Amino acid sequence: MFYREAGQFKTSYSADQALLPIKQDRIGLALILITAFVFIPLFGGNFFLGTIMIPFLVFSLSAVGLNILTGFAGQLSLGTGAFMGVGAYGCYKLTTLFPDVNIIILIFASGFFSAAIGVLFGLPSLRIKGLYLAITTLAAQFFLEWCFNRVGWLYNYNDSGAIEVPTRLLFGMAVTGPEALPAVRYLVILTIVAIMTLIAANVLRGRVGRSWMMIRDMDIAAELMGIRPMFAKLSAFAFSSYYCGVAGALMIFCWLGSAEVEVFDINRSFLILFMVIIGGMGSLSGCFMGAAFIQILPIVIRWVPSALGLDVLAATVEHISSIVIGCLIIFFLIVEPHGLARLWQIGKEKLRNWPYPYAN
Amino acid sequence: MEFLNSIFVAPFIDMGAAPDFLLQVIWEGFVSGVLYALIALGFVLIYKASGVFNFAQGIMVVFSALALVSIHKAGAPAWLAVILTLAIMALLAVAIERVVLRKLVNQHDAILLMATIGLTLVIKGVGEIVFGGEPQSMITEELGIPTGSTDWEVFDGIVIFQHIDIAAAAIALIMVAGLGVFFSVTRIGRALRAVADDHQAALSVGISLNQIWAIVWFASGVVALVTGIMWGARSDVSFALEIIALKALAVLILGGFTSIPGAIVGGLIVGIGEKMFEVYWGPLFGGGVEAWFAYVLALIFLLFRPQGLFGERIIERV
Amino acid sequence: MPSTSSTSDQSVGDHATLLLDTNNVSLSFGGVKAITDISFNIYKGEIRALIGPNGAGKTSMLNVINGFYHPQEGTITYKGKVRRRMKPYQAASSGIARTFQNVALFKGMSTLDNVMSGRSLKMHKGLFWQMLHIGPARAEEIIHRKKVEEIIDFLEIAHIRKQAVGKLPYGLQKRVELGRAMAMEPELLLLDEPMAGMNLEEKEDMSRFIIDLNKEFGTTIALIEHDMGVVMDLADRVVVLDYGKKIADGTPAAVQADQAVIDAYLGVAP
Repeated sequence: MFYREAGQFKTSYSADQALLPIKQDRIGLALILITAFVFIPLFGGNFFLGTIMIPFLVFSLSAVGLNILTGFAGQLSLGTGAFMGVGAYGCYKLTTLFPDVNIIILIFASGFFSAAIGVLFGLPSLRIKGLYLAITTLAAQFFLEWCFNRVGWLYNYNDSGAIEVPTRLLFGMAVTGPEALPAVRYLVILTIVAIMTLIAANVLRGRVGRSWMMIRDMDIAAELMGIRPMFAKLSAFAFSSYYCGVAGALMIFCWLGSAEVEVFDINRSFLILFMVIIGGMGSLSGCFMGAAFIQILPIVIRWVPSALGLDVLAATVEHISSIVIGCLIIFFLIVEPHGLARLWQIGKEKLRNWPYPYAN
Repeated sequence: MEFLNSIFVAPFIDMGAAPDFLLQVIWEGFVSGVLYALIALGFVLIYKASGVFNFAQGIMVVFSALALVSIHKAGAPAWLAVILTLAIMALLAVAIERVVLRKLVNQHDAILLMATIGLTLVIKGVGEIVFGGEPQSMITEELGIPTGSTDWEVFDGIVIFQHIDIAAAAIALIMVAGLGVFFSVTRIGRALRAVADDHQAALSVGISLNQIWAIVWFASGVVALVTGIMWGARSDVSFALEIIALKALAVLILGGFTSIPGAIVGGLIVGIGEKMFEVYWGPLFGGGVEAWFAYVLALIFLLFRPQGLFGERIIERV
Repeated sequence: MPSTSSTSDQSVGDHATLLLDTNNVSLSFGGVKAITDISFNIYKGEIRALIGPNGAGKTSMLNVINGFYHPQEGTITYKGKVRRRMKPYQAASSGIARTFQNVALFKGMSTLDNVMSGRSLKMHKGLFWQMLHIGPARAEEIIHRKKVEEIIDFLEIAHIRKQAVGKLPYGLQKRVELGRAMAMEPELLLLDEPMAGMNLEEKEDMSRFIIDLNKEFGTTIALIEHDMGVVMDLADRVVVLDYGKKIADGTPAAVQADQAVIDAYLGVAP
């Protein structure tokens, strides 16, 4: 009734190919954006902004990066954490060397370091695929982790081995460091994530994005269609790593304020992979759904027993989280390999006919 | 010049200068190599028989070992604890086959892999809740595994051999030999290989996939238990072991995913190589290189010989 | 290097320009010889059929023309250029397209996207413009979308254009695959058993498309096919393979009457 395409005629191909062809979807997105940019910073408390929204946005961005590589281009990667780390440490060195340059510019610049490293470790993808490729990304993960630990130059030979983020300003307000307000940091991250998501959506519906999907589905046929596997795969690695790098820089600079190496370890890589699987491989909106889900899950698990009056240890919450996430991954793989995003799409399709009972 | 010398010359001089120490390092590498090989063996079994890469192998090692220790602590004598643990692993195998594998017949490899990643999470979560997250020590003596050590005087020095390590090597070799024979000679072994090749084709000639998979996962569970016992005897049993199990992936690259002797050879190469690299070249890099050596070695291998030393070459036909 | 055409009958009418010439091509996999010393040619604008029993080497021959397999001996002369080893994307960019025996569509993408993927070689706007989308990249997409819609109309698959191809029935998948190959605007189109698994009506539709493609767009077609009725109707000339060797070459009528072909493949009509 409310959600239908009837009466919405497309009179040009550009209208048909728009990101959100259905008017209700466009209204929905507008509402989400208004909520995100206006209502949440106005009414959300520091806790909500700092421990829920900011992590959600940062992880969503990493999930977008990983989904591009694994969901759209079909190259399984277990090195997401390390690529995020490259962006973070890259940004740290840049701001140490150029303290007067605007931090936002440096954050965007640090993504290129990640992209370069991503291409380097993506080179084996020209000869190997699938599981074997995943193992080379493991090599990247462990080797880079070791670098973060041992290469003193990266963390300015700090005694603690961790990086401390200096205060940087944007338009006169502190956006990094201990003085930065959660609302300010939130808006900065939100803007960056929104812009980068739009860019990703554009690339994915164009020639390059199509070439990634062709490589994923059948790289032999893709080659016979004129796609050069080398360009397609390496561009996927580069693009994906860039996004992870920026996410890593944002994570350290606008969220945590400091970094220990554990932040970018193999568990981080797995966590982002779970977000992508549950949210839906090959779906941009799925990245956000997956990230939201994994963020909210521990909170829900903690809340249920306390609502019932039971006491639950933090460690137990983590274990139960593991079990639930594992079961869900298996469940989704069996029932709906395209994750929450596809379930959402199916729901919308059912909604098209609601309240009429006939099948689509 | 100085740099080249320190990489290509100095370490070998060090090796020659203290040959007893070199032997000790090689032995230590050999021992951890045997353990990597055992973990890899569990992977190979399942992969060879069902074409599934069981990411959960590492956590099964930990789980089985913890189960054994906990059952014994609860009062059962060692031999009973072993039997009960094996029963648990059998139940686990059947459950996995029924709930997960049956539903994913003939799906893409990547999907099955991710399902086993999900499985790892579930087993880990359950294990942590049931057995607790504290490291436990293995019930080595109760199981009858020899403890103590033998000293061998050679090259003006001593090399120390722990009995448990010798036992581990012997057991691993026996298992490998037995499994190798089993796969090539018996009817079930043949059926296993058919299933690995093509699930649906195997179904169409009447092979019961469910039965085969349950058998294989149980066998893999047995291997996991043995590995857990051996590993736990040297250092405590804890969930940290799971990350070490990832190294078995590198072993598989070297040895080939479908080769049982390859798992042993690959394991030894990784174990010895990693130890030697750490001891003799490690100081150049500031130490800690064991964390990535195996993977980088696998990476180099992948570029030149993706099927590993013993694996089968895959030819893609259009 | 002079081409050694070994055809017996040259009645191709006014299509006298040589498009493709294979010379003494031999291909082995390990110890198995798939193709032994095969030479034949294809004229521009004709429909050339490759027939023979299963395992005769027909698909391997197409794969060699495509650049997917590299023959151990012999050369291929295409549009005047002689070569032995060619990468598949080089074949694609020089105007060769093909369909596959087992439909090789991009299962995760829609019909429209699959056919659009055939335009990949013709799209040039770089990554920067694609990130913006508004502007040159979008204009380019629309130009190619128009072309693709023409093809979709031609093949009568407009009603399924947004559906994921993985769920389509086999006959429609084959049609989408043909559309994808057509989108490349090839000069030489290699079709590997395009009618396999189709009923009579679907075969008639597909035959119509192939004939229209040849007559309206001037595409040269090389076609592997088992249905002799189709071959008789469509093909200008036929090559017959058996056990990797060529056993006949000529018009459909001549080949059908050839004793060697009857013995190896056709049998005698009851």
